[in-house]
Order: sequence, then structure tokens, then C-alpha cells
Amino acid sequence: MSKRTTGPAIEAEGLTRSFGETRALAGMDLQVPAGTVYGLLGPNGAGKTTAVRVLATLLRPDGGRARVFGHDVVAEADKVRARVSLTGQYASVDEDLTGVENLVLLARLLGLRKPAARERADQLLAAFGLTEAGGRQVKKYSGGMRRRIDIAASILNTPDLLFLDEPTTGLDPRSRNQVWEIVRAVVSHGTTVLLTTQYLDEADQLAGRIAVVDHGRVIAEGTPGELKSSVGSGTVHLRLRDAAQRPDAEKVLQAALGVPVQLEADPLALTARVGGEGNDLAASEQAARALADLTRAGIVVDDFSLGQPSLDEVFLALTDHPAVPADERDEQLEAAR
Amino acid sequence: MSNAATTTGRAPSVYVPSAEALATVLAPGERPARPSALAASLTFGWRALLKIKHVPEQLFDVTAFPIIMVLMFTYLFGGALADSPRDYLQFFLPGIMVTSVVMITMYTGVGLNTDIEKGIFDRFRTLPVWRPAALVGMIFGDVLRYVLAAVVILSVGLVLGFRPDGGVMGVAAGIGLLVVFSFAFSWVWTFFGLVLRSEKSVMGVSMMVLFPLTFLSNVFVEPSTMPGWLQAFVKANPITHLVAAVRAAMAGESDPTNTMWLLLWSAGFVVVFGTLTMYRYNRR
Repeated sequence: MSKRTTGPAIEAEGLTRSFGETRALAGMDLQVPAGTVYGLLGPNGAGKTTAVRVLATLLRPDGGRARVFGHDVVAEADKVRARVSLTGQYASVDEDLTGVENLVLLARLLGLRKPAARERADQLLAAFGLTEAGGRQVKKYSGGMRRRIDIAASILNTPDLLFLDEPTTGLDPRSRNQVWEIVRAVVSHGTTVLLTTQYLDEADQLAGRIAVVDHGRVIAEGTPGELKSSVGSGTVHLRLRDAAQRPDAEKVLQAALGVPVQLEADPLALTARVGGEGNDLAASEQAARALADLTRAGIVVDDFSLGQPSLDEVFLALTDHPAVPADERDEQLEAAR
Repeated sequence: MSNAATTTGRAPSVYVPSAEALATVLAPGERPARPSALAASLTFGWRALLKIKHVPEQLFDVTAFPIIMVLMFTYLFGGALADSPRDYLQFFLPGIMVTSVVMITMYTGVGLNTDIEKGIFDRFRTLPVWRPAALVGMIFGDVLRYVLAAVVILSVGLVLGFRPDGGVMGVAAGIGLLVVFSFAFSWVWTFFGLVLRSEKSVMGVSMMVLFPLTFLSNVFVEPSTMPGWLQAFVKANPITHLVAAVRAAMAGESDPTNTMWLLLWSAGFVVVFGTLTMYRYNRR
């Protein structure tokens, strides 16, 4: 029973929502196919959380419409709720209660009788490595354990669609990997996952498709491969020994890569995208050639690296402005709703 | 226990997600039937009990606060308003019981506001259960606190010399009326808990409402001693009806007029503020 649904999990058209002066959603369109991980990528205040809250029936849109598995999120909210689950950025379990109590509480609210609820709670705790911590209050959990109990609570009834709002923000790398493994397991059992994230590599690792969100709108959409080829699959970072050589280095790089070269605030540093559209060579090969050209020109490079484009660079490429977090106040306002 | 030990080995602190373990919990089982409105509300009530278990300090306001109220007012006004504190207590105890419990109702709003601030209500609001259940359950938990506060006050009163003529039945009836009213009145605070931005503003508004409501009543003195315009307010005040009805019940008498008014007020609070609350709750 890996495919529980045909048709898209989410269809949204022209969603708008404002909080006072702030337009959190400014006409967002989304098409999320069922059975996949779909990434909403964007900086703080881009409207990701608002979008999730509208789709999870927590917030009414001012305009536009959205359907989850064919049910309207406003008119048929109850039908939507029966099939979705939300792990928000903030507490989604009761911190005063123990892990077991939280899971039993939610299991009973989903209609399980007491012994069955307890059994389900124990199963989940075991699968999420929380058996020992089950009797402790959640407020005493570490960040990684917190996330795990949040997600365990969300899959109590194996939802058809799971919303994960920035599931790894603030986690250490190991806990982040654990969450990734869990997300992969969840989706492999047929649950659709809508994941919001600020990290390109997270979306890249997990998502089948990504929507890049900025100012309440989707500004780019596609598979990670498609997005990267439009943005450039990598970034070359260079540090020179001598700042005086930077203008020459810029020219050589520009000639070798055929893309604009960015001069960093550090007078020794330059950055350029590689592996973009209209270039048949792999990113690594382009970078190697550029390095060879620089050496031939007698420019001494102290530090050289080829990495994935950061979210900042993706944004720069897509919007011509960096991913500056929107006003902190806006984000807080959004959170308060 | 032994199974867990063999799989996690010597280093239980490092969790490695295992595909097999996750598969067992992710296999889609049968969806159980949606719980009834009552079952869902009682489950939320159970949450309130668990919170009391884990954070017993929160009972301070239903134990220490009422004791202080009884002692303070009995000895402050007792000599002046009646011949002795003991005489005053016969008149005053039902009133102070009402005042204390009604004041405690505001914590319903404060608690709700805190829950929403923390984010846990986002989870509750996405559950496919009877919509008011989370709030009704919360108030069920608070009703327990009201009963506890009433019993604490009654005990202090009995120690100080309160001797109700209505006996056990009369006192129980009086507390029953008080609890019914307080349950209904709590819906005022769920509404403010949803509308207002912070815990502080909820406290502020509730004080502004509760002080005049409890003091401008027949709790402390007979209304006949007041100027006419104030008497008019006092007469219309639901707290006055409540206190009169509770006093009568505890004295072993019946006061159908005031009891009827108090039940009408209670129904009114539930209908008006319950509706407003649910409107806000659904439309955030």
C-alpha cells in the first residue's frame, strides 16, 4: 500500500495572506505530487511558514484557493485534517508532559483506546530511540530528541501528508542526519512530505522537487538538478596571495568560465559560479581549467575551493538580490499568528 | 527491556534510525474511528490533570490565595461590619468563596494564551476532533481546580467557626452552583486568551473585569447600605445573584429567583462567549 492516492497531494493557486502591512503570501502557486518530498526553500520571512499554516488549515488565506488531496483547505478543513499532520517550528508537543504521555494523549485523540494508545506510543518511542526518555518531561530533552518526539507525534496515525516546518533548524549535524533518515523512511512508506528549509543542501538531499520562495511567491520550481543547472551547480571560491593581482585574476576567471565574477569584501577573495546553463563541461572540469589559466597568468592562489551554491547564491542568481532575511519583526509577527 | 539492551548495546545515547524499526511504525494501520465529542474533551481534561501532576506549583493559586483571602477579610471587616469575625463569617464565607473561585477563572485565559504562544495549539487545531474539545477539556481541568479551591475555603471557614445550616447537602449544592457558574464564566477568558496578544494583557483585562464585578456586589456588605446608583449595578451583577443563591443553599433555604438568574447568566456566558471563542479559534 505504497500509493494511497492518485493525483497531486497539494494544489494551490494564487494564495494571498497579509498580516497588517506585511504581505506574507503574495499569490503563491504550488503543485505537490503525492508520494514525494517537496521542498519549500527560502530565507526567513519568505512566507514558507504562512504557506504551511494555510495548507494545514491553521490559517485562512485572504485570497486564492488550495486543495489537499482534492479537499478545499477552507471549506473541507475537517477532511484535510483527517489526512495531514504538522510538525511546526515551535513546540508541537506539550513540554510539561512526558514523551509517553504526549504520544498517548495524541493517540487517544485520534481514536485509539487506552491499551492500544499505550502500545502505539511504546512502538514509536522504540523506533525513534526514545524508549529510555519516554518517562521524562519533554522540556528535559535535547534538541535532537525534541525533534524526534515531534515527528513521532506527527506520524502517530501515518498521515498521507506530513508538513515539516524547518525540521533541522538549530540541530547539530548528527541530529540533522537522523531527521533526514527519518524523513526518507516516512516518504518511502507512501507519505507525502512538504518540507520547508533555509538550506539548499537539505532540499537537495531530500526533496524530489523544490520551490524557491521569496516575498510570498514561488520564484523558481523544479527538480534539484534543474534548479542547479539554472543557477550553476557549484561555486568556486578563491583567495589570492596578493590583493594587487585581483583585477587580473578577475579577468582570467571571467574569460575561463564565461560568467560574472564576484569580488568579495575581503580584498583577496573572488567567487564565481560554475556548471551553469550553456556550458557543457562539468563544474569540476571548468574549475580545473580556470585554475590552470590562473597559474599560467602567474597569479598565486592560496586557497581554492569548489562547493555547492549557498542559498545566498541561489537567490542572487534567481532574484538579483541576496537572501536577506526579511525584517525580523515580520517573522515574529508571522509566528505570533 | 532485554530486547532494547541488545539492539542499542553499550551506547544508548547515540540513536541510529533503523529502517526496519521505522517500517514497523510507518506501516499504515487501520484508521480508528474519530473519538466522540465527550471522549475528546475528557482526553484534553486528562492533559490538564497531567499538567497539575507535573507542575503542582500551579495549585498555589487555588490553595494559598483563597486561604489568605478568607483570613484577611474575615479579620479585617469582621469586627467592623458585624459584632465579631465569627458572626461575619456566617454571612461572608459564601461570598468570599464566590470571589476567590471567580477570580481563579481568569487562569483559564492565561493558560490558553501560554499554550498558544508555545505552539502546542497548532497541533491540536490540526487534529480531526470535535473543535471545541481542546478548550472544553481545558476548562474541565479548571473545574477541578475550582472545586479544590472551594473545598479549601470551606475547610478554613469551618476551622474559623463557619456553621452552615444547610448541612452537607446544602454546602454541596452551593459549591455545585458556583462551579456551574465558573465553568460558564471561564468562556469569557478563553475568548480573551485567544484575542489578546500576551499573558500580561490577559491578566490586565481580567483584573479590570473581575475587581469591579466581585467588589461591587453583595459579597462584602448588604447592598442596602449603598447609594442608589450603585445598588442598581449591584442588583444586575451576576455575582450578586450567584452569591445570594449560594448563601441560600448553604443556609438550607431555597432562592429560586436568584438561582434562575444565575443559571440564565451562565447559559448566556456559554452561548455568547463560547460562540465568540470558537469563532476566533477557527478563524486565526
